[in-house]
Amino acid sequence: MTPHPASTVPPGLPGLARFSHVRGDWHYLDNGAELSAHGIRPVGTVLAVHGNPTWSYLWRDLLETVTDRAIEAAAAVGEYPDGVQGAWRVVAVDQLEMGLSARTGRRRTLADRVADLSALTAELDLEGPVVTLGHDWGGVVSLGWAVDHPDRLAGVVLLNTAVHQPDDAAIPAPLRLALARGVHRWGTRTTRAFLETTLGLARPRLARDVADAYRLPYRAADDRAGIEQFVADIPASPEHVSRPELDRIADGVRRLDVPALLLWGARDPVFSDRYLDDLVHRLPRASVHRFEDAGHLIAEDVDYAPVVLRWLGSAVSGDDASASGSTAAGVPAFRPMWAGLDERAADPASRTEPAVLDLTTTGAGRRVSWRALDRQVRRIAAGLHEIGVRRGDRVSLLVRPGPTLTALVYACLRIGAVVVVADAGLGVRGLTRAQRGAWPQYLVGETTGLAAARTMGWPGVRIAVDPLDPVRRRVLGVEHELIDVARTGEGVDLPPEPGPDDDAAVLFTSGSTGPAKGVLYTHRRLSALRDALATHFAVGPETGLVTGFAPFALLGPALGTRSVTPDMDVSAPRTLTARAVADAVKAADARMVFLSPAAILHVVDTADRLTAVDREALGRVQTFLSTGAPISAGLLEAARSLMPAAEAHTPYGMTECLLVTDITLDGIREVADAPDAGVCVGRPVGAGRVLVSALDDDGAATGTPSDAPGVLGEVLVSAPHLKERYDRRWLTDVAAERDTPTGHWHRTGDVGHLDAAGRLWIEGRLAHVLTTPAGPLAPVGPEQAVERADGVRRAAVVGVGPTGVQQAVAVVEPVPGAGSARPGRAPERLDAAVRAVSSVPLAAVLLAPEMPTDVRHNSKIDRARLADWAAGILAGGRVTLP
Amino acid sequence: MTVLVTGASGLLGSAVARALVARGETVRTLQRRPSGVPGAEDVAGSVTDRATVAAAVDGVDAVVHLAAKVSLAGDPAEFTAVNVEGTRTLLDAAERAGVQRFVQVSSPSVAHTGTSLVGVGARPADPDRARGEYARTKAASELLALGRDRAGAGGGLRVVAVRPHIVWGPGDTQLVERVIDRASSGRLPLLGHGAALIDTTYLDNAADGIVAALDRLADQPSAVHGRAYVITNGEPRPVADLLTGICRAAGVEPPRWRVSAGLARVAGGAVEAVWRVRPGDDEPPMTRFLAEQLSTAHWFDQRETWADLRWRPAVSLDEGMRRLAAHYGGTAR
Repeated sequence: MTPHPASTVPPGLPGLARFSHVRGDWHYLDNGAELSAHGIRPVGTVLAVHGNPTWSYLWRDLLETVTDRAIEAAAAVGEYPDGVQGAWRVVAVDQLEMGLSARTGRRRTLADRVADLSALTAELDLEGPVVTLGHDWGGVVSLGWAVDHPDRLAGVVLLNTAVHQPDDAAIPAPLRLALARGVHRWGTRTTRAFLETTLGLARPRLARDVADAYRLPYRAADDRAGIEQFVADIPASPEHVSRPELDRIADGVRRLDVPALLLWGARDPVFSDRYLDDLVHRLPRASVHRFEDAGHLIAEDVDYAPVVLRWLGSAVSGDDASASGSTAAGVPAFRPMWAGLDERAADPASRTEPAVLDLTTTGAGRRVSWRALDRQVRRIAAGLHEIGVRRGDRVSLLVRPGPTLTALVYACLRIGAVVVVADAGLGVRGLTRAQRGAWPQYLVGETTGLAAARTMGWPGVRIAVDPLDPVRRRVLGVEHELIDVARTGEGVDLPPEPGPDDDAAVLFTSGSTGPAKGVLYTHRRLSALRDALATHFAVGPETGLVTGFAPFALLGPALGTRSVTPDMDVSAPRTLTARAVADAVKAADARMVFLSPAAILHVVDTADRLTAVDREALGRVQTFLSTGAPISAGLLEAARSLMPAAEAHTPYGMTECLLVTDITLDGIREVADAPDAGVCVGRPVGAGRVLVSALDDDGAATGTPSDAPGVLGEVLVSAPHLKERYDRRWLTDVAAERDTPTGHWHRTGDVGHLDAAGRLWIEGRLAHVLTTPAGPLAPVGPEQAVERADGVRRAAVVGVGPTGVQQAVAVVEPVPGAGSARPGRAPERLDAAVRAVSSVPLAAVLLAPEMPTDVRHNSKIDRARLADWAAGILAGGRVTLP
Repeated sequence: MTVLVTGASGLLGSAVARALVARGETVRTLQRRPSGVPGAEDVAGSVTDRATVAAAVDGVDAVVHLAAKVSLAGDPAEFTAVNVEGTRTLLDAAERAGVQRFVQVSSPSVAHTGTSLVGVGARPADPDRARGEYARTKAASELLALGRDRAGAGGGLRVVAVRPHIVWGPGDTQLVERVIDRASSGRLPLLGHGAALIDTTYLDNAADGIVAALDRLADQPSAVHGRAYVITNGEPRPVADLLTGICRAAGVEPPRWRVSAGLARVAGGAVEAVWRVRPGDDEPPMTRFLAEQLSTAHWFDQRETWADLRWRPAVSLDEGMRRLAAHYGGTAR
């Protein structure tokens, strides 16, 4: 090939020429001169390294955004102070033999490339602390620089890359193909196949001019020598010449003590989630955001530049004072989740008493003593550790609630493994997204779960809960059986306990208000949940719990009291009968009953079959909780009538904070005549706090969080038992913690108001707020009013029209048999009845024969869909079913 | 203040003239027939007649221009003569007479074609795309009037355009009484399913809005001069609900049968009289424009109108229906 020198960006690439420089063999983009021309001294330098087969063009948005913002900020200040906030110098190099850098004809190994880069930066006189930024194999080179310059390094940012290839795992298929004998040169150099394939990975497709810009330095076969060499330099085997350097970097990364940001396109055929997981383990402090719909060319697929700048501002320059908060003052003393179990098992007075009872058909009346449970937890914990499960490893539990799940959860917690719990209610697609997103190293399942994992390709070493014959074992890819794991752990010492701020669990949101999100709890926060529950509901060793709602079933051992699952199919709450509840109360002499609203409905419906003995047992229940979804006062009342001595509670919470507020049936009666709109959910539980961020005219929650009564806004919560963060969703965290007070707060996405007595009223979801000319309008209050109209079974109040001028429309589902059920404009009489009781002016009353609801709960009305439907009809469109 | 109101024999013109008289202004009117407005000085004649117009504007401070040829069909030349040239004649005369303020009463149809309008603001008038001779010529005359706006430090004519949307009220022979007439003889079909949201303007609100625009022109500085505002009740309702309400108010049975919107658009139908504003024997066939008006949504973003005119509709739709019922002896829903 003919060597040729580096060149600057040719004309015709808008915006790039201003940054384009050549120094020796290097071409690089650099905004340093421009910043300096404006008298701006940067706070530091971002050193950006592209991968193969792209070039520094990849980073154009970052250069433009950071430079233009800095110049704007400086102009706004009117003077040019040192370190204009967010003013970063960005140096984006074209690696040698790549992009517009020189073609020297030399073959370069990874070690060469790391050394080349260091030589260049020594010449360039980088300013301030340095943050490296790398994509694809540029990520490895940038990390090589990072490892070699610990004194200069202030942070690392990585986009879809990898630093480690396990010896026992195949390299990604597309790379195997590119490396295959006979394909390699042809695919990478002779033709543009590798280049075009890579450009084709963009989601959505690249615009023609962008794709052409990527092709620009690689038009002739000779220009593509660097692409060929780069592919050849992939350390695909342990013997590869670049393998020692890769391993050196991979080990060095573990010792980096700087903030890190990982932005990941989940749909990358090369750098799959496996590599993200490896990096997360090496950089445990990293902020991670996994973009589910982005691919390998994530810098093209998502608007990454503002994200990187935001992170630089908060994590590196420390502009954002409220960034931390989990270790705020006043954190209560920490007692691990297994402490209650340990104590009851150690106490001779209680060790043989039952800890967990399982009256479900599958459990067949299993009764597990404290001692037995403790022993099983210890055996499984030690066994898991023996087979390689380590602190921080994730263990997905696809096991139905019952003593086995309970033992597994406590075993994992004890050794610091992070339990991943995704409800089967998410459906196979939802579960697949959840499993891919959380990327567990181990997957413990019953046969159905293992089969789904096999079919859908979920990650994780398979551990079977049930014994399997060798054929099924092989078919399901099972490596261990739980019984063997437990046996392996017999008599083996447990590893050291995890710390309070280690990750403990990833729980998934229901998915009824958007795609299911992983929510991460640390040990400290899980324990705080246990403590909040114990204190607020006065749970003691002798309380005894009937747990017809799965999440709370797991808390029994932590609370140090026996828990019993009644005879029901735990995944189908409508299978629970009143007699089954009574039997459970008798079996555990329970004083406290947890049920979901769906279960309560069936319990109330089957109350006529209760015997006198049953009723007497239920009469001993002191506390009764309806959890998991809102419940009507009438239904709560009906359930309470079966447990006349019990105080009925209905707490309000969400996956992110399971207990926010609580109200009793008496409390609900007390506010029955209050003028407030919405559902009263009571006062904060324990040390929890609630504030409201007022809505503006566009329905956005922009108000300063406040406890002023009567202000409609987004509900913010803070509590020791609030989630630590979302899992691998840094941007979601940023949004949930946006403009919150000092400490650890969460924007719930619910809207409502506080009353003068400090009670919280929920009025709907932020996404469902109407923006009318009279201001924002939350739907729940108006819906409650409309539901009082004769002939109305359910109602939704939705907005039609543009933001700020929306008209309120009532969509009503009529009581069956009460006249016409044709979709469209409500009949005159129904229309008049609805308008007569409505609390807000209504542009129209529409009839929906049946409300569209979410599959999971069959209770949450799909208001977004109804709003679209109503808008179509009211614009004169066709009348369809919603 | 002396105000000239043109077209004061019509429902809205009369209401505007009465409102101005009621608050003590000196009111002169210009139209071909007697205005019937007590306390106003009538000048009889057409806006197309220069001499009459010159006499009418002599000595007035402000003009509210409502006179227009309002019809769904007719000779295009006649529309142009009255709506465009008449307005030009009036503007010329007003400028010469040193008139300070000019309110051009226009129509939302000057800016909007037959597609559904969902919460939109007042867009610029567009004579090329407006549908039908009325809308086309009203668009041209609105542009003409706003083009004469000369507000500045040194004074000069200030012009604002106000576009009330579907004005109705007791005594309304055009919409209300035709609906009643048709419904009572069983000839009032609903177009389509009747759910399209239509915003209308109760008569008194439209008159108040026009007077408010006149007052805002006097502000120093004026936020409204040179601009156009849509005026409505801000209470869109399904068209069928409105027609039903009118029928109930009049004590007649509301329509029960339907014509599909598509069919009506193709074949025309019987509803033309609902919107046919000028009574007479030249009843036009139903036009596509009308069918679209009644089967697609027409409602507006009123925030800017409310803020700039410092005006809100005082009579709600429900109150308007009650007044209608009181007038016709029916029942308000």
